[in-house]
Amino acid sequence: MSIPHPAPETGPILGKLSLEALPLHEPILVVTFIGVVLGGLAVLGLITKYRLWGYLWTEWFTTVDHKRIGIMYMILGLIMFLRGFADAIMMRLQQALAFGGSEGYLTPHHYDQVFTAHGVIMIFFVAMPFITGLMNYVVPLQIGARDVSFPFLNNFSFWMTTAGAVLTMISLFIGEYAQTGWLAYPPLSGIAYSPNVGVDYYIWGLQIAGIGTTLSGINLIVTILKLRAPGMGLMKMPVFTWTSLCANILIVASFPILTATLALLTLDRYVGTNFFTNDLGGSPMMYVNLIWIWGHPEVYILVLPLFGVFSEVTSTFSGKRLFGYTSMVYATICITILSYLVWLHHFFTMGSGASVNSFFGITTMVISIPTGAKLFNWLFTMYRGRIRFELPMMWTIAFMLTFVIGGMTGVLLAVPPADFVLHNSLFLIAHFHNVIIGGVLFGLFAAINYWWPKAFGYKLDVFWGKISFWCWVVGFWVAFTPLYILGLMGVTRRMRVFDDPSLQIWFVIAGIGALIVAAGIGAMLVQFGVSIWRRKELRDTTGGDPWDGRTLEWATSSPPPDYNFAFTPVIHDLDAWYDMKSRGHQRPVDGYRDIHMPSNTGTGMILSGFCLVMGFALVWHIWWLVALSFAATLVGAIYHTFNYKRDFDIPAATVTAVEEARTRQLAAGA
Amino acid sequence: MSAKTITADAPVVFYDLDEHAHPEGHSTMLGFWIYLMSDCLIFAILFACYAVLGGSYAAGPSPKDLFDLKLIALNTAMLLFSSITYGFAVLQMQQGKVKGVQLWLAITGLFGLAFLGIELYEFHHLIEIGATPQRSAFLSSFFTLVGTHGLHVTFGIIWLVTLMFQLSKHGLIAANKRRVMCLSMFWHFLDVVWIGVFTIVYLMGVLR
Amino acid sequence: MSADPHATHGHDEIEMPHASMRDYMIGFILSVILTAIPFWLVMTMPLSNGATAAIIMAFAAVQIVVHMVFFLHMTPKAEGGWSLTTLIFTIIVVVIMLAGSLWVMHHLNTNMMPMSHEDARQIP
Repeated sequence: MSIPHPAPETGPILGKLSLEALPLHEPILVVTFIGVVLGGLAVLGLITKYRLWGYLWTEWFTTVDHKRIGIMYMILGLIMFLRGFADAIMMRLQQALAFGGSEGYLTPHHYDQVFTAHGVIMIFFVAMPFITGLMNYVVPLQIGARDVSFPFLNNFSFWMTTAGAVLTMISLFIGEYAQTGWLAYPPLSGIAYSPNVGVDYYIWGLQIAGIGTTLSGINLIVTILKLRAPGMGLMKMPVFTWTSLCANILIVASFPILTATLALLTLDRYVGTNFFTNDLGGSPMMYVNLIWIWGHPEVYILVLPLFGVFSEVTSTFSGKRLFGYTSMVYATICITILSYLVWLHHFFTMGSGASVNSFFGITTMVISIPTGAKLFNWLFTMYRGRIRFELPMMWTIAFMLTFVIGGMTGVLLAVPPADFVLHNSLFLIAHFHNVIIGGVLFGLFAAINYWWPKAFGYKLDVFWGKISFWCWVVGFWVAFTPLYILGLMGVTRRMRVFDDPSLQIWFVIAGIGALIVAAGIGAMLVQFGVSIWRRKELRDTTGGDPWDGRTLEWATSSPPPDYNFAFTPVIHDLDAWYDMKSRGHQRPVDGYRDIHMPSNTGTGMILSGFCLVMGFALVWHIWWLVALSFAATLVGAIYHTFNYKRDFDIPAATVTAVEEARTRQLAAGA
Repeated sequence: MSAKTITADAPVVFYDLDEHAHPEGHSTMLGFWIYLMSDCLIFAILFACYAVLGGSYAAGPSPKDLFDLKLIALNTAMLLFSSITYGFAVLQMQQGKVKGVQLWLAITGLFGLAFLGIELYEFHHLIEIGATPQRSAFLSSFFTLVGTHGLHVTFGIIWLVTLMFQLSKHGLIAANKRRVMCLSMFWHFLDVVWIGVFTIVYLMGVLR
Repeated sequence: MSADPHATHGHDEIEMPHASMRDYMIGFILSVILTAIPFWLVMTMPLSNGATAAIIMAFAAVQIVVHMVFFLHMTPKAEGGWSLTTLIFTIIVVVIMLAGSLWVMHHLNTNMMPMSHEDARQIP
């Protein structure tokens, strides 16, 4: 007996694709499409007008420089953030309206795609690119290296992530997206109950991006293990580098699980296997089990790098060495290992019974302890420090207050009997947004304000930064406190229409909160624009160290030269740059040498392009195109391995010129 | 060059003025090893599925009905021989003999092809008698686990052939030596996974 | 562990594991023995199911170690100790995943309501 497939109208040339795939009957999508086309044409037109294609190709798209790749990741994250937030506003609006017989303005078919896309985009195409971008930019500088271990792979990873994002965005205008929630549980996500292309877009978008993420994880681990400057033992690394190491270990040790699990779902959908089906021996619960073995480490991947940011920011802006460095490191390692022992708390209610639930409930509570240790270390760092309330520090304090509450609601949910009431309620939604926004997002804003001057040579405008800050902090609490209350009253997540009119006021308040957050986002975009406009005034005159930093990235100019360091620093202590400054280091002003650097390459972008085409072809069952693009990818990859000449030397004369300019700048600023 | 401990007289060195850049490809072996660890995890998931779903025959055929242990013993021998012949290739490389490397790589590839051939024959036979991947969760897990291993062997053979071309073009330059060692790790890793497969899938399957 | 990544300073070539004919021969012969015996045990079944299962699992574990040492040249010194560390970490994660999944899924299955064969076939 085989699973009944509804007969798709599949042609040999276009597969399942036809004009029916265009959502012309959905006015929201049509308007969005027109907007995207107009905006896209404007951008492309401007690039053409100012003849920037050559520049973009040679300086950005083909770069293997970790700094530029880091910036491109941040831009990707920002663009996808606007899409993900649009989904959020749509949900808030729908839920605020759909009372008293009104169905709101979104059909179930559309609404289900909105909440699914919101989750997928925010986790995979906003948070992951943002943290990858940060780690890419900062880690090599912090360890005194010139680039990552595998610069070409770095470029390839970026383009694969982008390809996954593009495929996901295409689903908006050709076909549909998954309507299953961001984790696509079977049997709903199986071919019998989701016969259309939505889940396939979901699968291939994530698989392509997942390859990029896994390779990037390997890259950064090896970089940190092998490329540290002489004298920088593991216990002299900056805390951000430590948390990045642990986050990347989690990436490499968890993304393969996602890859394999989604592959099994793919086999069920494309080939008719029975891993997660209802019949013939399949077990949908096995999917839930496997996907959360990935899913829990994933949230630690998201937050650990930002914990590192908070360590750097707290110590810099308190003017003090970080309190309890050793315990910070061990707490991070503990969190890394413990994150593999808690996954069942995501499905306490699935019925594994008391013994299993108790075990995982206890481990979940235990994992909050190292996190608490970190928080106390930050507080003790601030104690008796000379605190400067610059924007990074403001965001850090907002994090402390916000994340702690989110963490406590997490410990509440860790109690299985409580979770039986609160599972999949709005309380859960409020909890994870509390920790993700409070931890990951506020951390990102702190990091952006902190490292922007390093990357671009000027600080961000403080006035608009503060407006953004207050809108976000107030907006977040106005948006999510009602959800905590609604959750405690028993309201389920992902609901499109409500019967009980007494709930509406809470959704309206939440909607207002979302608008305040929107203002915060707008203010942040204005902050970027104003800062770029006024960059000469906001220029960093200190020669690269505007915050009186403590770690090595502040030893370079802002922005750093391509090669980062003319001479590799030699490390003696924690907070290496602070050590160098306080012991009167003398920056060498001559004797520069040729520096060996990796060459740019277009192969990463091209191979990712082939993968994008293959993903699209797989979604629509255009088999000839699948074969062709797969062959192109394979041949392209093999062809690339025949290129042995992948690096070049920056001549000593060039290094001398760059460094002499810096010598003059430092003298002028002093 | 290296960090000096601080003494009362010696000035502290903060910059490596006589720097020796990292030798080309210094990160490659560790990077490839870590990739293999991630591949290990993919197989672990497939093993987990087989462990959980491998008893769900859905009133269809079970391992006892299907597995021909003599054929699997032959297959295992093919893979084990290919491992040792790859080892001979590495020994030739250590002696700088390109032709020797090529010869043993070719023999390894032939053993690999024999392995794949036997496996495809087995799959073909199973499908012919109705034991298809769609028949039950047990068979889905079986075909996916064993098939994924076979796919890895296939890619390994493609890589092997590519490497033979690159060796004839450039000889035993440092980059090619690294590639031989990486493929060596990959190839032996596949044999390690196969130990798990023949034990857990075939031998334990017949015991169940 | 090489805390200082420059401990091997002075090498212009990267360190590669050194293979020897002796290692490969020992590894090969051990592997043949550790493969042949399990196959023989299962094909002729002189022992009980439980004993056979335990022995073949043990032999598999030993053969994996043989492969690691003699074919993959695994030593605590490889790559400054990182090869062994990453291997051990991977093994720990794999054990957690396998044991955890088996434990969880077993409990979930036990708590499922029994369903007749006919009922199971009625599900679309």
